[in-house]
Amino acid sequence: MKHTVTPIQRVNDFVVKFANVNGSGSASANLLFAKSILRMGVPVAPRNIFPSNIQGLPTWFEVRVNEAGWRGRRGGVDLMVAMNPQTWDQDIKEIEPGGYLFYDSSKALPPSKFRDDIVVIGMPLTEICNREYSDPRQRQLFKNIIYVGALSALLEIEPEAIAELIGELYKGKEALLKPNVQAMNMGRTYATNELDWPLGIRVQRANAVGEKIFIEGNSAAALGCVYGGATVAAWYPITPSSSLAEAFAKHCKRFRTDPATGKARYAIVQAEDELASIGIVIGAGWNGSRAFTCTSGPGISLMQEFIGLAYFAEIPTVLFDIQRGSPSTGMPTRTQQADLVSCAYASHGDTKHVLIFPEDPKEAFEFAALSFDLAERLQTPIFVMMDLDIGMQDWLCEPLAWDESRRFDRGKVMGYADLEAGKDFGRYLDVDGDGIPYRTYPGTHPNRGAFFTRGTTKDRYARYSEDGATYVDNMERLLRKFETAKKYVPMPVRKSAAQPTRVGAIYFGSTGAAMEEALATLAGQGIHLDTLRIRAFPFHDEIADFIADHDQVFVIEQNRDAQMRMLLVNEMPVDPAKLLSVLHYDGTPITARFILGEIAEKLAMFNVTPLRKVAP
Amino acid sequence: MTYLAKPRLHHPELPKNKLGFTHRDYEGTVSTLCAGCGHDSISGAIIQAFFDLDIPPHRVAKLSGIGCSSKTPTYFLGNSHGFNSVHGRMPSVLTGANLANRDLIYLGVSGDGDSASIGLGQFAHAMRRGVNMVYIVENNGVYGLTKGQFSATADKGSKAKRGAVNNEEAIDLGMLALHLGASFVARSFSGDKEQLVPLIRAAVAHRGAAFIDVVSPCVAFNNHAGSTKSYDFVREHNDAVNRLDFMPTRAEITTEYAPGSVREVVQHDGSVLRLRKLHADYDPGAKLVAMNYLQQRQAAGEIVTGLLYLRPDADDLHGLLNTVDVPLNQLGEKELVPGAATLEKVNASLR
Repeated sequence: MKHTVTPIQRVNDFVVKFANVNGSGSASANLLFAKSILRMGVPVAPRNIFPSNIQGLPTWFEVRVNEAGWRGRRGGVDLMVAMNPQTWDQDIKEIEPGGYLFYDSSKALPPSKFRDDIVVIGMPLTEICNREYSDPRQRQLFKNIIYVGALSALLEIEPEAIAELIGELYKGKEALLKPNVQAMNMGRTYATNELDWPLGIRVQRANAVGEKIFIEGNSAAALGCVYGGATVAAWYPITPSSSLAEAFAKHCKRFRTDPATGKARYAIVQAEDELASIGIVIGAGWNGSRAFTCTSGPGISLMQEFIGLAYFAEIPTVLFDIQRGSPSTGMPTRTQQADLVSCAYASHGDTKHVLIFPEDPKEAFEFAALSFDLAERLQTPIFVMMDLDIGMQDWLCEPLAWDESRRFDRGKVMGYADLEAGKDFGRYLDVDGDGIPYRTYPGTHPNRGAFFTRGTTKDRYARYSEDGATYVDNMERLLRKFETAKKYVPMPVRKSAAQPTRVGAIYFGSTGAAMEEALATLAGQGIHLDTLRIRAFPFHDEIADFIADHDQVFVIEQNRDAQMRMLLVNEMPVDPAKLLSVLHYDGTPITARFILGEIAEKLAMFNVTPLRKVAP
Repeated sequence: MTYLAKPRLHHPELPKNKLGFTHRDYEGTVSTLCAGCGHDSISGAIIQAFFDLDIPPHRVAKLSGIGCSSKTPTYFLGNSHGFNSVHGRMPSVLTGANLANRDLIYLGVSGDGDSASIGLGQFAHAMRRGVNMVYIVENNGVYGLTKGQFSATADKGSKAKRGAVNNEEAIDLGMLALHLGASFVARSFSGDKEQLVPLIRAAVAHRGAAFIDVVSPCVAFNNHAGSTKSYDFVREHNDAVNRLDFMPTRAEITTEYAPGSVREVVQHDGSVLRLRKLHADYDPGAKLVAMNYLQQRQAAGEIVTGLLYLRPDADDLHGLLNTVDVPLNQLGEKELVPGAATLEKVNASLR
């Protein structure tokens, strides 16, 4: 194969993509590959790109190796590990000019199947496995480990790092440990003896990981639920949220089992559907437990009626929406930020809900714990707006932290002593002027504080009423309460550019990863943008101020209809003409390259200087 | 009369229960249902049962869905917290409430539209989950609040007030409850307090999902000739398999019935159910026999009433989930938050 382009030469800055068949055991081998690089002190950002299927369909695993620590997808592939004949053509196309292709050369392929501007590395993996193993299952599983071994030689990954991880993975399972290490070494030996190494792209030990942890957002959020004091969880399986409920069960088993009795300090119900899930959460919240459900867009649609009840009857409720490709069944295993409007105004009638937007697993942990305080303080549904990219991918984050002095904010609750002392209890009475009334838990006092919770209109003392003025009085108080929410939800994060600028950018959630990288690149090219990362709805006044302070404000989001922009225009006195949308919604996580291209193009249109056309 | 507030004063010599409460303490606001509604009789039976059981009213949580039946929790146990949820979804809300605090008594009130149509799924799953509750369906075969449409429990061939005939098969909720694993299944008639009150008392004492299907004629839309849920029809076709006497744990056990016709069953809490058998061959401990009998009588146009099935040693959802004895809503930071040091260990395992 002749090289018409110089092979890519980069240390600690490249993208490896594995093309596999799902159900073949590749995911754990690929994760092993990613983690071994982390152990060398070099940050990685992996993305598992999987089908809505259990076995036989194409699946990819992308590992961005990046010493600078950028956590978003970069776009483009420097080394393709092509293990799936079904997707061969498409995989070959994706390789950057001068990039590398690693493939199973057991069966000869015609030259037309390759490109002449890439470096091709063939290794007869199937042949080796067939020779070494007789069990078909072993042949498949060890093939994955063998290629990881070979890649470690080609990319100069330290074999000790891999061996250490295999040791941790199969701790106490000697029968599995040894053959895995053997397979890894087999791959290394073959590559060392038969292939040209190292490649132009390679890993070099660094010190860029430090104390950071590697965790999936769903697991982190579930841990946040444990720390936030959730005792009741009800859920219905739906990708990409199921692993949050499953992680909660795992964490609870570990941290919430009463050591003396072995009994559970939690209750988890896998309900019959999303309607029952949210019903259970509302019942538990009404009765004084911290409760949550986790779901995705279709589940939110199903829960609409109940969400309206929780809003109107004012019941603390926490919902995690792990957003995926929509509408309808959409792209169940792809990511989007497309449920903003359906959550912000969920249910019939005039409703507005509190949304919070974590940007990564660390914030998912923090916001999960916070959501229960918010739900009880505000007595309303709280939506933790995650997405598949945060929820189901491993992210390198700052370590999780907990302040020991922190206490639950149980909100306004009248207890036995208050009632006994004769305090006036009106369930929907705005005593403090902040729109938040007091509540009582069922069973508190023999003859005071009982009330009837209902979805129908009621007066300040929870008595049924169809009186127009009473209805309006209550609806106005709910608006006051929504205003009060601004004081409690996470503030937006504003960052000023290195130089004064009239251009700003607003973003939120998982977009942060790609955004930070895009901003750094733009700044390197002399284009400066002030930024604001929105972390909650209702919008804090600072967001309107930020928009007012700039002539043009990009709003970057991962949906088709510019839903965040819609909310901004709808909820605040801002000039819509200022808000320029940058929209990415093909189901893959947004990349820095995409943001750069869009912003550069739009700035050129507005003739903003200084500007140099940025590489696409 | 329903717009009038109930007078607060009551006769000084009203009988009191062991807690010193009178009937009035177990009542709610004045009913807004139609005069003669079967549901009001059921509310009366609930008031009587809780008075008899000496249960402090505030230790009961009453939950319902939407419909005439679901309005009734306002008319009893005025010192209990109530929750009128959304149509057909009472079971899930009750399940959540029960998980939060296992120490309260949960009374779910629903109707045939609420439980057999829109809420059939939630009804089914609450039964199979074994939620510790009393679940009463006030069954009149019609949608009352929307003026007389057939519900899914209306018998095939029965006539609506305006003459329309129901062509669809009826859903028998009692039969379903049996099939789905409810550990206490009974059927009664709103017009038969003597049968209904002890059934409610026994259901409250039962641990697990206790279901009572109460046929409750709708005087406005389903009490005419051709209806199979009218007062006259039910009185004529009521096949009571047993009569129940209920004795709380502390009650002295007397023997006033002829041996052979009485069967005593001890429940979890030590209370004793004394069944006076009216049908020698009916055994409420044998599910298959019960199901078979119900179907036979139904085919003959009869409505079987009484305690249809009981598994006295049943476990409930808390037992199955192995939750701690303290109600979950009483646990604080100390029991729930693993702490900063633990989080450090978690961090260490993620590197």
